[in-house]
Amino acid sequence: MPSEQPRVNHDWLDNDAGPVVRPYAMTQGRVAPSGGDFDLVAFVVATVPDMPLGPQLQPEHHAIVAAAWEPISVVELASQLDLSIGVVRVFLGDLRSAGLISLYEPPAATQPHDVDVLKAVVNGLRAL
Amino acid sequence: MDSVRSDRNGGSSRIPVALKILIAGGFGAGKTTMVGSVSEIRPLQTEEVLTGAEGADDVSGVEGKTTTTVTMDFGRITITEDLQLYLFGTPGQDRFWFLWDELSQGALGAVVLADTRRLADCFPSIDYFEQRGTPFVVAVNCFDTHHRFAPEAVARALDLDPGVPVVLFDARDQVAARNVLIELVEYVARRQLTSAGRR
Repeated sequence: MPSEQPRVNHDWLDNDAGPVVRPYAMTQGRVAPSGGDFDLVAFVVATVPDMPLGPQLQPEHHAIVAAAWEPISVVELASQLDLSIGVVRVFLGDLRSAGLISLYEPPAATQPHDVDVLKAVVNGLRAL
Repeated sequence: MDSVRSDRNGGSSRIPVALKILIAGGFGAGKTTMVGSVSEIRPLQTEEVLTGAEGADDVSGVEGKTTTTVTMDFGRITITEDLQLYLFGTPGQDRFWFLWDELSQGALGAVVLADTRRLADCFPSIDYFEQRGTPFVVAVNCFDTHHRFAPEAVARALDLDPGVPVVLFDARDQVAARNVLIELVEYVARRQLTSAGRR
């Protein structure tokens, strides 16, 4: 049983090499997550610190659970794990069905935006 | 939904809020440069499934589905522990509208980058945001050697609605790029105030 985290940086490939595996090959051709879609800025939190390697779970599932110990957004997961957003969503659907992650959709009515939030953003940007 | 989550470590880890800002504009207008100068920039891949054949290749045997890969620029600015700003440098071509639809959903607003040598390149972005009612500012990326146009002249040339801010800036300059974002957020706040007053 491999004890190492799956490597997400393939340092033997440079950016010009392009994808080696077609994205949805990783998901056995599934293109839509089970149980509905995820917002790009929905946050994901793992419900378990780690999980046993099972036959149904792939290295990418484990990588997602490991990355989601602290709340992390869907888009950030895709970027960190170097997976396309569509692929991450399929994996998240699997993990949600298995009860291994909780999902927090962004506040539904983001418009109008909270004035205090806007002020905080301006102040935060000024402090950059 | 409860946004506070009790934690294993005795504390509570709150679920942050992430706000989206789109950085749009024509090819070569400085989107990547701008995202890179204000945030830690990373590539982001999206793989979209296009359903239905619109005079496309014969896709029989693959259930009429085909995918297209798009790489965007993605940048994050951490405002506070609970508040993050995401910047998306979005490809400007028409065939990527499907991406925009998702990105502009609930977005704070957009920055449309304009290059005065090719002003027409940013028309599609402006049309798109006007139609969707997404607040945007126009930021004219001024490289050193170019003639500078007055913001009013640019606003006139673009036939912008009154009140839409136009700023001149240098996308490579962190402070300048940051100020464009501030301009946008302040504009969003102003717009909300006036529309609340009208209600």
